[in-house]
Parts: sequence; C-alpha cells; structure tokens
Amino acid sequence: MAATFQGLGAAAALSLSGSFDPNRLHLPCRRSLSVTRLSFVVRLEERIVSGSNLPPRRAQQLVSKAVATKADAASASTASKPGHELLLFEALREGLEEEMDRDPQVCVMGEDVGHYGGSYKVTKGLADKFGDLRVLDTPIAENAFTGMGIGAAMTGLRPVVEGMNMGFLLLAFNQISNNCGMLHYTSGGQFKIPIVIRGPGGVGRQLGAEHSQRLESYFQSIPGIQMVACSTPYNAKGLMKAAIRSENPVILFEHVLLYNLKERIPDEEYVLNLEEAEMVRPGEHITILTYSRMRYHVMQAAKTLVNKGYDPEVIDIRSLKPFDLYTIGNSVKKTHRVLIVEECMRTGGIGASLTAAITENFHDYLDAPIMCLSSQDVPTPYAGTLENWTVVQPAQIVTAVEQLCQ
Amino acid sequence: MALSRLSSSSASRCVDLLINPLAAAAAAIPRRLISSDTTPITVETSVPFSVHNCDGPSRSVETTPKELVSFFKDMATMRRMEIAADSLYKAKLIRGFCHLYDGQEAVAVGMEAAITKKDCIITAYRDHCTFLGRGGTLLECFSELMGRKAGCSKGKGGSMHFYKKDSGFYGGHGIVGAQIPLGCGLAFAQKYSKDENVTFALYGDGAANQGQLFEALNIACLWDLPAILVCENNHYGMGTAEWRAAKSPAYYKRGDYAPGLKVDGMDALAVKQACKFAKEHALKNGPIILEMDTYRYHGHSMSDPGSTYRTRDEISGVRQERDPIERIRKLVLSLDLATEKELKDMEKEIRKEVDDAIAQAKESPMPDPSELFTNVYAKGFGTEVYGADRKEVRSVLP
Repeated sequence: MAATFQGLGAAAALSLSGSFDPNRLHLPCRRSLSVTRLSFVVRLEERIVSGSNLPPRRAQQLVSKAVATKADAASASTASKPGHELLLFEALREGLEEEMDRDPQVCVMGEDVGHYGGSYKVTKGLADKFGDLRVLDTPIAENAFTGMGIGAAMTGLRPVVEGMNMGFLLLAFNQISNNCGMLHYTSGGQFKIPIVIRGPGGVGRQLGAEHSQRLESYFQSIPGIQMVACSTPYNAKGLMKAAIRSENPVILFEHVLLYNLKERIPDEEYVLNLEEAEMVRPGEHITILTYSRMRYHVMQAAKTLVNKGYDPEVIDIRSLKPFDLYTIGNSVKKTHRVLIVEECMRTGGIGASLTAAITENFHDYLDAPIMCLSSQDVPTPYAGTLENWTVVQPAQIVTAVEQLCQ
Repeated sequence: MALSRLSSSSASRCVDLLINPLAAAAAAIPRRLISSDTTPITVETSVPFSVHNCDGPSRSVETTPKELVSFFKDMATMRRMEIAADSLYKAKLIRGFCHLYDGQEAVAVGMEAAITKKDCIITAYRDHCTFLGRGGTLLECFSELMGRKAGCSKGKGGSMHFYKKDSGFYGGHGIVGAQIPLGCGLAFAQKYSKDENVTFALYGDGAANQGQLFEALNIACLWDLPAILVCENNHYGMGTAEWRAAKSPAYYKRGDYAPGLKVDGMDALAVKQACKFAKEHALKNGPIILEMDTYRYHGHSMSDPGSTYRTRDEISGVRQERDPIERIRKLVLSLDLATEKELKDMEKEIRKEVDDAIAQAKESPMPDPSELFTNVYAKGFGTEVYGADRKEVRSVLP
C-alpha cells in the first residue's frame, strides 16, 4: 500500500502544519499556483491515500507576489524538477492517450473526435494512432451515443464519451440519470458502468445562453455517479486518468476558457484521487471554496486581499460529488469562516449543496454564516458587459471577504 | 415419463393445416422418449414472412420433437408464472408496476431456440418471461417481484429491472425506448471484442416512435454493428392503438436503409426461423429490424384493465385462433409426440413448480436496511451513511 511521494525533501509528513513553519515565512508571500501540488505515484488498484502539500525548496525563498500569474508559473517552474510544459487540453490528451495505451478496453466516442481531432483538440491525433474502432466519430445524436456508451460499459468496455459542449448532454439526461447512475443499483450489483462523460461547460466569451451552461447543478442529485471538475493542466491529466480507471461512472467537467492554460507537469506517471480537494493556498482567516474557472478569479482576489492584510485559505474542491468534507472540514475548523465562490447558478447549484453540507456537519465551528457567491439566475447574455455581470468577479470576492471577516 | 407405442390409427390425426404432408409420415414412426428425441421434423409456418430490403428466410422450419415439447413446457411455465403474478398482485404482494407477458410467450421462446447465451438480449419492462427464457429461475423471479433478498436484483430492482449478466440478459428497463441505444452499445462491444455474437434489442410498438431508436439505428448501420432491433408489436401502446400512434404502422419498413422482416409472433417456430436468419444477417451485413406480430391478453400493466380500448371479443378471438401454446399443443398432438394426458400432466407439474417457487419466495426475507446503501457505487469511499433520522439505519459503505 505504499504511496511514494515525489515531493522534494519529503519526510513522511502528512499534515499541513508539519511541512512548513509559518513563523519563518511571515511575509504576505505564499507559494505560486503551480507549486502546490499533490504529486505522488500510486499503484493501480489501491486506494489513493490523501497526501499533503509539500512545498518545494524554492518556496522558502522570497516570492514577491502572493500568487503567480501564468507567466510567473512558467519561470518559477524552471527551477523545479524537470517536467514538461503543456496546455490544459494537451494534458487531457496526454492522460487519455496514456490510458488508451495501457488498457485496450478504453475507447472514445463523440462528435468530431476522430478525424477532425476534437473541437477543442483534446483528441487530436488519437484516431490516427488507435484507429476508427477506438476513436469513434458519432453523428449528432447525444441520447443515442451516450446510451451506447453506457451499454458498452455494461459489458466491460471503458468508453470516454465527449459532449462537444456540456449543454448538449442535456439531450442525454435520461441515459445519464436512469441508466448510467442507477443500473449498478437496480441490477443488484451485477453491472458496473465504468464510463467517463466529459466535456467543456461554463460561461465562455460571449457564446450565448445555450452554450454557456453549467450542468453540474443538474447532475448533482443523480445517485451513483461521481463528478469532478478540473482546473489546471496538472489536475486535468490526473483526474482524467483517475476517471478512466474508476469503476464508477464519472462526469469530468472541463471549462471552455481554461483549455489554453499552460503549466509544467511531471514526466512521471501520476493519478490523482477523484474524491479529494486541492489546497491551493493555505491561510488562517477565511476558507474560500471554489472550483474550475472561479479558482483563478479567487486567486486574483487573493492578491488584493493579501495586500490588504487578510490571509485567505483557498481550496479547489475538485470533487463535486461527493464533497471532500474531510479537507473542507479541517479548514473550517481552522478558520471558522467560509466563502463559496462558484460559477453555477444561485438556485440549486453546487454552492447551495455545499452550504447545506457544511452547515450540517460543521455548524459549531462557524463564526459567521456561510456566504455563497454564484452566478446570477439568468440565461447568460451575449453582450460582453452583461455577461461579465452574470459571473462572480474578483472585486465582489474581495468585498465578500471583507464583509465576512469583520 | 413412459411413452406407449404409437398405434397406426394416429396417422389419421394429422389433418391439421399447420403441418406439411411429410409430418404425416413422421407420425407413423413409433415414439421414443421425448427428452432425447432429436429426429428432425420440418414444419411450415402458416403465415408468410413480409420482407423489406432483403430476402426473407424459407417458410420451412427445422425442428425436433425434443424442441417442440420444450417449447410447450417453457411457454406453459411462462404462462403459469404470469397468471400467478396476476393473483399475487391482486393480493398486494407485488406492488408498483407489473407488466405481464402472457400471449407473447412465443417471442421469448422462439428467440432462445435460435441463439446462444453468449448473444445478448435487452428488453423493456415486460421482461419476466424473457428473464426466464435466459435461464432465470422461478424463485429469483417471484422473489424479485415481491422485493425479497433472493431476487435476481436482490429486491432492489423490481418488476421492471430483471437482469442476468452471466447469461447475457441485460434487462429490464423502465423508460420507453432507452434500452435501444443501450442495445446498440452492447452490439458495439461485441464488435469491439470480435466475438461473433449478436444483440437483440427488443422494444414495443409504442417505443417505435421514439427518436432515439432512429438515432441508434443510424449509428448501428453506419458502424456495421451486429444489432438486431426487434419490435414486439402487440398493437397497443398502453391504451393507444397502433393506428392512432403511428402514421406508418409497418414497423419493419421503418428502418428505410436497414432491412426488415415481419414475423407471426404467435408462432414460436416462425420466430425461431426469423431470429436465426437475423443472426446470420447481422453478423455479415449489419443491423436488421424484426417485427413480431403478437398480442398481449392482459392490459398494459396490472393497473390497466385492458378492455377500455379493445373489445373482449377481440381478446378472446385471438386467444382462440392464435394462442401460441395451443398452437404448439396441436402440433405436438398431431405429430403424436405426446398424448393429451401427458401434456396435461406436464401442465400440472408446472403449476406445482410455480406454486412451490411462490411459497419459497414468500419465505425469503426482505433486504437488510443496510442494503439501502450498497451498490450505489462500485467502489465506495468507506464513508459512513445513515438514514434520515440518523439513528435507525447506519452503515459504512465499502
């Protein structure tokens, strides 16, 4: 059951407090985005044990900015162990390709994933490498090809179904809800559905109402599925691999605007834990829970907050179903204040469920009511200015933190 | 059971229009023990096949005495089971929805005779008899209907969710039409693993109007999948007659580019012939649509009397003229494969078997409360789960 840590200078320290001394680094500078990672190599079948954030040695040097922007991440990483730099969609492709090499049962189906290379280039080159039987171009029939993916999964195949845009998967809602989520249960455990359903969602750049949907709120009540949202190239690759290896049906939410994020990721193989949240920036004053694109808005707000003297703890929850209440709970017990920043609609979104879960479990530890910043309950407008108003902006996050921390 | 020697006067019994003159000669041969008699018999189907874009199979069906008697036995078991389920439902031991298959047994039995357990069958909610045909036991069936632990889905599925993975029965689906893309997915997996098997995806005349059928058919034909779409046309989609729901009730022609075959679904031998033909076709040339012209005696489900949208004369007319069990009974008797008394004894035995299974199922316990949380995920997270009050039901997921 050994999980070997690749962190530099890693002792077996698993707790956050053991790995760095706050007194030595009392400056408002913390680690850069790309540095905080849970990197460990895991063996295939075993459960992934929760690891910690082990800061590489260079965090001990002064970093003049509280949070790294993209350019910083690139330069800061050159000092770290060698890896390779790539964009988020390339990271997804790498994860997918490695899994397809490893297991001949993995196949991809979706619109334009084969010869065209994928509308966001996630599957580029795979059709040439693996052939038409493993990378399948489907006609525009989401209900049918999602159903076919589920039927194939019932026999043991491991299909990866791509929705060109998450919103199109609404047409396959019946298949996802009734067949994908429930077949393992209604058959008394006879059938496993190891399918991965993935696609880009979220509000993009003026794509219009129907192409800016956030389906995580619709799917969250379906029993039997797991939902994860990736936000960096590192966790995109790791989550893709974990989702394919999982015996449960997994819905992997990507974001249209994050596909061109660049990061340096390890050369070695790694698989992340599907049910775990990621600690982006430890802090003391307030816990900010977020996922997907809002992580970057939060980190931008964190810059301002740090300059104003606050110390926010930022957690990328990653696992939307089930919630990683262990990590979240530990954070709440430390800071006693929670702010949730999400891109979902206010009504019935992930934030609403998360608020309920935290209140139910950690009510005694809260010093203030949980605040949830979500998108407005409106169809996303086309006009750029209006669109910006529907999503949560960093300035609003700063105001919310100031309000909570009074 | 001991069979007596045939007397020469039996030849005069073979005047039934169903059989061809060859059978009369066969009847003069002394009978052997039916359970091992495999002398081939050729029977001609009474209704010709209607074809669309293909040459249908021949009307002469090869069968054996063993097979004919097993048809009778299986269909009688299915009929008895469904009637028993009817009484159990009225006694409130079966709750919720219960869709009965009596009248349509020939489709299940004929299909089984043409395929192996490696081929897959997937159907909708009228699945009790298909499950039995695939090798399910009466005990599993009744236990599942009554929601007991010994059921095939551990009591968690119910009437509409019977599954048997080891013999290729993929259910058991409640949403009309949703099983067709699943069935094409099974065919895709069969093509992917190159194992020369086919999938039969069954649906009803009501589901034939679903868009996902045509979507799935398009993909199956494009990718050349070994999928056979079987429309069990019992002429009524719940309460709506087929001519009121479909502009074109020729369901076998709806495939357009896909070949189609219309079969008399009350004739088990015709069904067998058609399924054999379809299997060969699907392995070589891709998907084919079969339309089984059949009939259900009960209403759509136990909550539907079945007489508000059709006349009792119609139902009794079909029962008299086209009943699948009576047809096989007449055939067996006219071929002198068994006497009237032997068949009646067989039916009595079946009745007893069914009653025993019900008694045993009634004694099977209800599922444990902890079963509420099992099988939600294939691999759980070791989390603790509890019911609404957090006191009575507590368990730890795997």
